[in-house]
Amino acid sequence: MLQKIRSNNGLQLFLGLITGICFGFLLQKGGVTNYDVILGQLLLTDFIVLKVMLSAVIMGMILVHALRSMGLATLHPKPGSLGATAIGGLIFGVGFAVLGYCPGIIAGAVGQGWLDVLVGGLIGIMAGAGIFAHLYPGLQRGLLQKGDFGDLTIPRFLKVNPWAVVIPVAIMLILFLYWLELMGL
Amino acid sequence: MEWLYAERWSPYAVGIGIGLLSCFAFLLSDKPIGCSTAFTRTSGMIERFFRGSKVNEKPYYKLFPPVIDWEWMLVLGIFIGAFISARLSGQFKLLWVPDMWSQAFGHTPVARTITAFAGGILVGLGSRWAGGCTSGHGISGSLQLAFSGWLAVACFFVGGIITAFLIY
Repeated sequence: MLQKIRSNNGLQLFLGLITGICFGFLLQKGGVTNYDVILGQLLLTDFIVLKVMLSAVIMGMILVHALRSMGLATLHPKPGSLGATAIGGLIFGVGFAVLGYCPGIIAGAVGQGWLDVLVGGLIGIMAGAGIFAHLYPGLQRGLLQKGDFGDLTIPRFLKVNPWAVVIPVAIMLILFLYWLELMGL
Repeated sequence: MEWLYAERWSPYAVGIGIGLLSCFAFLLSDKPIGCSTAFTRTSGMIERFFRGSKVNEKPYYKLFPPVIDWEWMLVLGIFIGAFISARLSGQFKLLWVPDMWSQAFGHTPVARTITAFAGGILVGLGSRWAGGCTSGHGISGSLQLAFSGWLAVACFFVGGIITAFLIY
């Protein structure tokens, strides 16, 4: 049954669209499709972005690991290296603050009517992705390989059952969110 | 149904909803939610339009062929979903300059749009360099307890926080 759904290409495109519509609806309702909210997070005055992200991580982590334990889902951790993940992450971070959006949220910001994003940001992201595609062969031979750690996960690194990490991480993140509320942030 | 028309929902309700969506994506599509490859694919489609099918031969487009896939439809869906939400709450407005920007740098659209373009280049370049964005690494990577996800999200925020303090 699941295999049939997953291999039906037309159905998958439709599911992608429906998932996206729900995702965009939620992002807009959360307020994170606004430049002021993103910059407020990066200036550490408004913690909506972290609250959304961390509650998504807590919920998703528990449910996805439960599906995995029941044999209904397979994890797909992305491979990485210091040269790719850390350097790319820092470049992304600078852009995140300058643009004020990230690739998912930018689509929502356009849907909400932000013209600076439609005319400037959207074209910029595609240009940046195109530049990377052009640089890729050279980078792949050098920098992207530096400090390769593959598709390592924290449970595999610690050589423990995933639930021995899921539960403590969930508790820590909940306590952190609780602390944010106590601090009035 | 009044909640559908509300301007804002609790960030925790929104986060829990996104967690549920992730779970459905793993179950029904065998995919973590991510967004940035859609921009790579679109960029490839545009380049192919101008330069022809030799673009398909670029090594990076062999990894991420310029075609419409699940994730591309997801990003299109985000645009539609945010539009519906903003229309329902009366927040849909065509605007050029965010408040915070106009207080610091004035309200001319040109400066803001050029800055957004420059920031966009870095976001597009950085997300593909890192192999994911705030969705693919930040949410999906973290929830799978992937080492790459936690490292990427730390770097996103370190780079972002330093830059934001330099700007404002």
